Amino acid sequence: MSQPFRLASGGRIDRTRPLSVTFNGKRLEGFAGDTIASMLIASGQHLAGRSFKYHRPRGILSHGSDEPSALLSVDWRADRGPGRRDPNNRASVVEARDGLVVDTQNHWPSLETDIGAVNDLLSPVFVAGFYYKTFMWPRKFWDKVYEPVIRRAAGLGEAPKVPDADRYSNRHAHCDVLVVGAGPAGLAAALAASADGTRRVILADEGCEPGGALLNDVTSSVGGTPAMEWVAESLATLDARENVVVLPRTTVFGYYNHNHVCMVERVSDHIADAPEGMARERLWQVRAGEVVLATGSHERPLVFENNDRPGIMLAESVRSFVNRWAALPGNDLVVATSSASAYRTALDAKAAGMKVSIVDIRLETDCGPEFAAAREAGIEVRTGHTVIRALGKKRVSGLVVAKIGSGGGIGEKTTLTCDCVAMSGGWTPSVHLFSQSRGKLAFDPELDAFLPGTSVQAERSAGACRGVYDLAAVVADGAKAGGGSAAPEATASFTGFQPVRVLPTDADASRVKAFVDFQNDVTAKDIKLAVREGFESIEHVKRYTTTGMATDQGKTSNMNALGLVAGILDRPLPAVGTTTFRPPYTPVTFGALIGPARDELFDPVRKTPIDGWAAKNGAVFEPVALWRRARYFPKAGEDMAAAVARETRAVRTNVGIFDASTLGKIEVVGPDAAEFMNRIYTNAWLKLKTGGCRYGLMLREDGFVYDDGVVARLAEDRFHVTTTTGGAPRVLRHMEDYLQTEWPDLDVFLTSITEQWAVIALQGPKARQVLEPFVSEIDLSEAAFPHMTVKTGYVCGVPCRLFRVSFTGELGFEVNVPADYGEAVWKTLYEEGQKHGITPYGTEAMHVLRAEVGYIVVGQETDGTVTPDDLGLSGLVSKVKPDFVGKRSLARPDMVAADRRQLVGLLTRNPGEVLDEGAQVVDDPSQPIPMKMVGHVTSSYASSNCGRSIAMAMIDGGRERIGETVFVTTPAGFTEATISNAVFYEVKGETADA
Amino acid sequence: MLELNLARRAPALSPVASEAGVKVATLDAVGRLALRVKAAALAGRASVDGFDLSGAINSRSASGESGGERAALRLGPDEWMLLVPADETDERLEAVTAALTGVAHSLVDVSHRDVTFSVEGRGADAVINAGCPIDVSPSAFPVGSATRTIFGKAEIVLARRAADRFTVTCWRSFAPYVQGFLIEAAKDTL
Repeated sequence: MSQPFRLASGGRIDRTRPLSVTFNGKRLEGFAGDTIASMLIASGQHLAGRSFKYHRPRGILSHGSDEPSALLSVDWRADRGPGRRDPNNRASVVEARDGLVVDTQNHWPSLETDIGAVNDLLSPVFVAGFYYKTFMWPRKFWDKVYEPVIRRAAGLGEAPKVPDADRYSNRHAHCDVLVVGAGPAGLAAALAASADGTRRVILADEGCEPGGALLNDVTSSVGGTPAMEWVAESLATLDARENVVVLPRTTVFGYYNHNHVCMVERVSDHIADAPEGMARERLWQVRAGEVVLATGSHERPLVFENNDRPGIMLAESVRSFVNRWAALPGNDLVVATSSASAYRTALDAKAAGMKVSIVDIRLETDCGPEFAAAREAGIEVRTGHTVIRALGKKRVSGLVVAKIGSGGGIGEKTTLTCDCVAMSGGWTPSVHLFSQSRGKLAFDPELDAFLPGTSVQAERSAGACRGVYDLAAVVADGAKAGGGSAAPEATASFTGFQPVRVLPTDADASRVKAFVDFQNDVTAKDIKLAVREGFESIEHVKRYTTTGMATDQGKTSNMNALGLVAGILDRPLPAVGTTTFRPPYTPVTFGALIGPARDELFDPVRKTPIDGWAAKNGAVFEPVALWRRARYFPKAGEDMAAAVARETRAVRTNVGIFDASTLGKIEVVGPDAAEFMNRIYTNAWLKLKTGGCRYGLMLREDGFVYDDGVVARLAEDRFHVTTTTGGAPRVLRHMEDYLQTEWPDLDVFLTSITEQWAVIALQGPKARQVLEPFVSEIDLSEAAFPHMTVKTGYVCGVPCRLFRVSFTGELGFEVNVPADYGEAVWKTLYEEGQKHGITPYGTEAMHVLRAEVGYIVVGQETDGTVTPDDLGLSGLVSKVKPDFVGKRSLARPDMVAADRRQLVGLLTRNPGEVLDEGAQVVDDPSQPIPMKMVGHVTSSYASSNCGRSIAMAMIDGGRERIGETVFVTTPAGFTEATISNAVFYEVKGETADA
Repeated sequence: MLELNLARRAPALSPVASEAGVKVATLDAVGRLALRVKAAALAGRASVDGFDLSGAINSRSASGESGGERAALRLGPDEWMLLVPADETDERLEAVTAALTGVAHSLVDVSHRDVTFSVEGRGADAVINAGCPIDVSPSAFPVGSATRTIFGKAEIVLARRAADRFTVTCWRSFAPYVQGFLIEAAKDTL
């Protein structure tokens, strides 16, 4: 497509750098500096998409980020493979460059001929809230029929189906002043704020070029020079200041607490030959001392029949395409307005060679100097006129206008032939970010707008976003917001507008489609219907009609919708409410939000020092908290059951070796260490001798079991605490919490040593034989080194804390060596163990082995509602200690009730059947549903050492019910089991009687 | 008795080269002693066994010849990380313990717990800020600063050794994540 509507000169495009993109498979030409929207307009194409619900032809409404209609699917780098396409890009903000592949959306088979347009004819069916009314029943149709059909018929672009191939980066930043928006107010604010070189200033603007509304302006001057020269000078000044960071293409989309402001920078989408690996977008998280919001305002469309026809645009946008992009949106322009600012569009369009006339809703007496200016330029102005409807379908071909009589009646109609309409219903300050900052909005009836009222955070608004529209006043307001006093002179602007919700018409309002929300296809009659059906709050009207709920968040539509509802109800506008603005201001890619947090950087995967050996030796891993742990070590042809059976047998007959490095470890040191332990754990610690170990149970304040583990006393004032793998962080936090807030008087300190030590567990009758050759300075004999003691010395020549402990019931040692030595020591022990049939085992076998001897696992047998007595561990709760965490809660009546769920064993009638963990237990499976559930299975395994399945369960009053029969749910129904003691295996030989 | 054999040490990470403008390198093992002692117990002592404990919170104080350097990172009101050459760890542990006889304190060897990276080059501050939210401008985090903070989803100790050189220390199992994230972020400084 060539560029018949491109002016020969002017505009902020670089005619020496032509480029082309692929638009719906065809070549579309333009120049550097273009957007897709300006290229389309230069080529004479206005049809740019089909609407959400009715599939109506839609054009380009706006020149900025508030564009609701011209939404495109863009493949940013089709030449670099898949995963670089995303939908719903606004044509007005996609910067043109060679190689872009863009397509219009929501039509089939083509943009020109769209079958879905039948919805427009069927529109009486699709009234507001139609899906609530039409798809009421049958209920099961929802999932299978209604929802898929609605989703396919309605909607915007197609979500990508392959992973995003681009890189996204993340950056935290701090500054004294963040200025949002680089229009006249923002530039003036940044200049003033950065004059003091010690103040760090960030100026962020969503556009590719700073300047804001001045980019559209070829007539105004600031500081005695043309406006854009002032912009260039200002930028040069800012660039020269080392305390300023200017970020174009950076949209501030979220304003959170403590001036934490999030913005997304489009880093490389506009660069044709961006190097591989260059980030596509960067998420900035700015912590700003102060924020100056200079976010400008949005123009309001006029609401009249067929106001959505391609070629009908916002007036400022027409001016923008003419002046900034030297692209005429047509030949014959009608400016329909209730706002003075649109006269500037008329004047500029006329100067650029368009045929122009003005239709003004206002009476001549209500107009300002703009009226005379238009007349002087020879533009025909019809004041006191309304627009009845637009003609044309895929492109506007005329406007039917009529004089409004003194009584509001519609006078004689005239048809104005045109191929472009510039409409303006006035301006809405962009208070989105102010509202996000939790600032309270205040309605100003003079300006017919919600303005920033009371601030909650350290921010202030400047310029059009707080209703200041005159250029000179905007510049002064910006300078003041930046802390300056002086501001340059500037040209006066045409300001002021007469609010109008729906243009007066004599047409049957119930048959007319006059759009309020272009993106969600909400018409004035939909809103009227909602009010008629009883929805009076704007929040309810929004949800019922979906007005303002599209991806543009109703930037162009909110005030019209609100005013319409207020008008129908005859209430003052603030009484109807206003919208709460939520992030993001404009759509943000998931890529930007996620940044580098994907694949291996999604979450840390913590590996032990022995992980490498395990991986080489065929371990199958499982995640435990952030750790990956070896679950089992299958030999050729083995499944998990076979491997676990072999591993568990080996531990009971010979010796097993197990990587226990992930166990949480805390070194508790200080003169009051024993007293601290005494208060944190339920059992007694003061009398534990140096060199002794003790199993400890820890409760929360509410008396429920929080964690457990073996603790060794290394010295009078030093304990080596172990915790569960998953519990390590929360136990340390729990201890610190008590130490800092409850017992700051205790002289005791906590240091996490989880990762200082690699822990190798040797378990089984031959454990001592494996270890013996490598130990120095430690006597391993039973007499010198009994169960539940600890010694320090050397293993394989490296310093060691050697624990004589067991989590299997067998003779066991846990070898703690500094982490860097872990793998070497493991390998040495493993080699030596070959003569003794040593078998590496994983977490699955560990679980089975401990269950065989009735040891609990916190988080498996417990669920945060289990007391020590429920577990049969009341012996671990001191009766004589004056206090410990959870003590008082344990005395509550519910905590000592006899029918609490208690830990027992379950033996299935069929010894080969393994119950499901989590399965419910009932007494009588023939009860009517809902049945009374008397318990649940907490652990369940096939045990080769027991020659049958074993299970642990929590059963109501279970300890009194040993020997009774219960029924356990299975996927197929119920199975029979007998309640037993929770110890299933009797260890032979040298036992660990924990 | 078998000899302590340093050659057995296996580092937490295999070397990965970063080719960006900002270089990310894994530093050699050092001795790390976590010292906790309350100000009242310290009773005004500014140094212990040659470690300068007088620095402000979130600062790094160093003394001694380079190579035999003793550094103390003050990470909290009663918390220091003492850094010594790896082969001096046991000696210093004993000496500090002796110097604090009768003073309520905790001294724990965590040399094997932590891994340190250097992040060096023009733009190193931006690489740090890719995952760390604190203000690392020269005024807020001058050379000589050291603090506990976060990098992405990992807890780290961050120190600034020069205008364009930081060290990042994390627990060993978080090291591959932190290293990967740093190298990823350094791509922005190509």
